Amino acid sequence: MNAGPRDDFAEISRLVRKGARVLDVGCGEGALLELLVRENHVDGRGMEISPEGVSACLARGLSVLQGDADRDLDYFPAMAFDYAILSQTLQQVINPRHVLGELLRIGRQAIVSVLNFGHWRVRLDLLAHGRMPVTGALPEPWWSTPNIHLCTVRDFIGLCDDLGLRIDACAALVAGKRARPIDPRRPLENWRAETALFILSRRDRNPATTDEAAD
Amino acid sequence: MVSSETMAANQASAGEVMVFAADAPLRLDSGGQISPLTIAYRTYGALNRERSNAILICHALTLDQHPALVHPSTGKSGWWNVMVGPGKTLDPERHFLICSNVVGGCMGTTGPSSIDPATGAAYGLAFPGITIGDMVRAQAMLVQALGIERLFAVVGGSMGGMQVLQWASDYPERVFCAVCIAAAARHSPQNIAFHEVGRQAIMADPDWRGGDYAANGVRPEKGLAVARMAAHITYLSEAALQRKFGRELQRDGLSWGFDADFQVESYLRHQGVSFVGRFDANSYLYITRAMDYFDLAAPYGGDLTKAFAQAAEVRFCLFSFTSDWLYPTAESRLVLRALNAAGARASFVEIDSDKGHDAFLLDEPALRAALGGFLNAAALVWGRP
Repeated sequence: MNAGPRDDFAEISRLVRKGARVLDVGCGEGALLELLVRENHVDGRGMEISPEGVSACLARGLSVLQGDADRDLDYFPAMAFDYAILSQTLQQVINPRHVLGELLRIGRQAIVSVLNFGHWRVRLDLLAHGRMPVTGALPEPWWSTPNIHLCTVRDFIGLCDDLGLRIDACAALVAGKRARPIDPRRPLENWRAETALFILSRRDRNPATTDEAAD
Repeated sequence: MVSSETMAANQASAGEVMVFAADAPLRLDSGGQISPLTIAYRTYGALNRERSNAILICHALTLDQHPALVHPSTGKSGWWNVMVGPGKTLDPERHFLICSNVVGGCMGTTGPSSIDPATGAAYGLAFPGITIGDMVRAQAMLVQALGIERLFAVVGGSMGGMQVLQWASDYPERVFCAVCIAAAARHSPQNIAFHEVGRQAIMADPDWRGGDYAANGVRPEKGLAVARMAAHITYLSEAALQRKFGRELQRDGLSWGFDADFQVESYLRHQGVSFVGRFDANSYLYITRAMDYFDLAAPYGGDLTKAFAQAAEVRFCLFSFTSDWLYPTAESRLVLRALNAAGARASFVEIDSDKGHDAFLLDEPALRAALGGFLNAAALVWGRP
C-alpha cells in the first residue's frame, strides 16, 4: 500500500532537470542517485550515514560522503546544488526543522517526500485500535521505529510556512500508480495522500526556473 | 640527465634508483635545491600501452618503497601486503604500481645520510629543510621520467595521505583519483607536540653529536628508540592497548625497580630497539619537520578551498578511522568541506575500527571493500586500467 521507492524515484527523476547538480541526502546504497546520473545526467553527490551504504555507492561510481543529515549538511557551501533531495528520510532525523532549512541553504530547491500521518488509513487505524498505527508505510512498532518525527501533510506545510518556504509543486504518491499533482493545502489531500512529494524553494529568493519536469 | 639503473646485484629485487643530475635539480620550498637527486623506488606490474594504469603509492613517515612482497633488507613482508599484491585492491596484474622513498628518507633516496657532493661526507644537518611539497615534487619528477603523463591514482595513508592531498593541489591535471587515508591537510599542535618529543629525544642523545654522528662512527640509538616509542603510542588507540596488554606483567610479581614490568613497556622497548636498526635519526628529524610544516592552506591565506581550486576534476576518496586520535575524523571533515566548496568530487568513509591510527596498515575489510569499489568504478570512467 505504501508508495514504494520506485514510485518515489521515478517521480523525482521526472522532476529533476537534466544536467543539474544534485545532492541526495540519506542516499542509502545509491539507487536513486544512480538513476539520476543515468537518466538525468546529473552531477550527483550523496550523503549517507551507514558505512555499508557509502561503500555500496562507491562501488557504483557515485561520489558519496559518510555523514549525518542532522549534523553534516554544513559540509556544503550555500547554493552548491540545484536540488537537495531528501527522500522519505525527514521523519527519521532528530531535527527536521534544521535539516529542512539546511536543504534550502545548499540547494536552490529541495525535493522532499513526506510520509503522511494524516492519511485516512492511519487515522482509521488509530481511531479503531487506539494504538500507534502499524501499516505498510509504518511497519515497525512505536518502540523500534526509526520514524521519530512523523507528521501530516498539514503539519509539514505549517513548517514550510514557518521557514519561509514556497511550495513550487506537490504530488501525491500511491504504490503502483502514477504520481498525482495535488494542491497540498486542500484538506482532502491530507486524507488521501499516502506520501507527498514536495518541491520547495525559499520565498526570499527569486522563484526557481528549474522546477519544470525534465524533458 | 636521468639515469635509471638496477641496484646492486644482491638487491636485484630491491627496486631501482633514478638519478637526476645537475641539470635537473629538485627545487625546494625553502628556496634551496638538491642536486644530484637520487630517488629509490620500486614498481610492481607493467605499464600498459596507453600508460594509463599507473598508481603511485605514497608511504608514511617511517616506511619505505616496499609496500608488497618481501622487503629486501629486513626480510619482512611488505608494509601494505594486505592491500597490494595479485588479486588484491592494488593489483600488479591490473595496475602499474609505483612507490618511491621520500626525499629526506634513508632507504636510498637522497636524505641527510646521503653524501653531500660539496663535502664528500654525509649531509647531516647541512641537508636542506624539506616539505611534503618537496617530496611530491620529487615524485612528480620520477613519474614524468617513467613516461607517465597522468596517474590513474595516487594513494597513501598518514604522511602518504598528506602527499596525496599535495599532489591533488599541485598537479591536479596529472591525477585522476586521489585516495587519502587517515591523514589531514595540516599538522595539528598535538601532532607537532608529539613530534617535538621525538626530536628532543634524538637531540638529547650524546651520540647524536649535533647531527654529525656518522663522521664519529656512532648512532643516537637511545634517542631514536625513545622517539619511536613516543610516536608508537600515538599510532594505537587506548582500546587497542587495553586489548593487547591490559595491565599484564612480564613475569610474576613486580620488580620494584625500573625494568619493563608491564608487557606494554616491554612491547614499546621492542618497538624502539627494532626501529633503530632500520631508520636514520637525522631522517627522522627532517621528515617529522616536513610533516609539522605541512599546512596545505597556508600558501592560500589559510583558505583550504583555494588549495583545491584547480582540483575540481580529481575524484577524491577520503578515509578515516573512528579510533584514530592522531589524525581524527574531524581533520578529514575539514578537507571534505574544502573539497565540496571547491566543487570537487569527494567521497568519504569513516571506518569503524578500534585499532587507532595504525588501522590504515592493518587488515580492515571495510577499507579494502570501499577502496576497491571506488577504484573499480573510477577505472570504468577512466576507461582504461
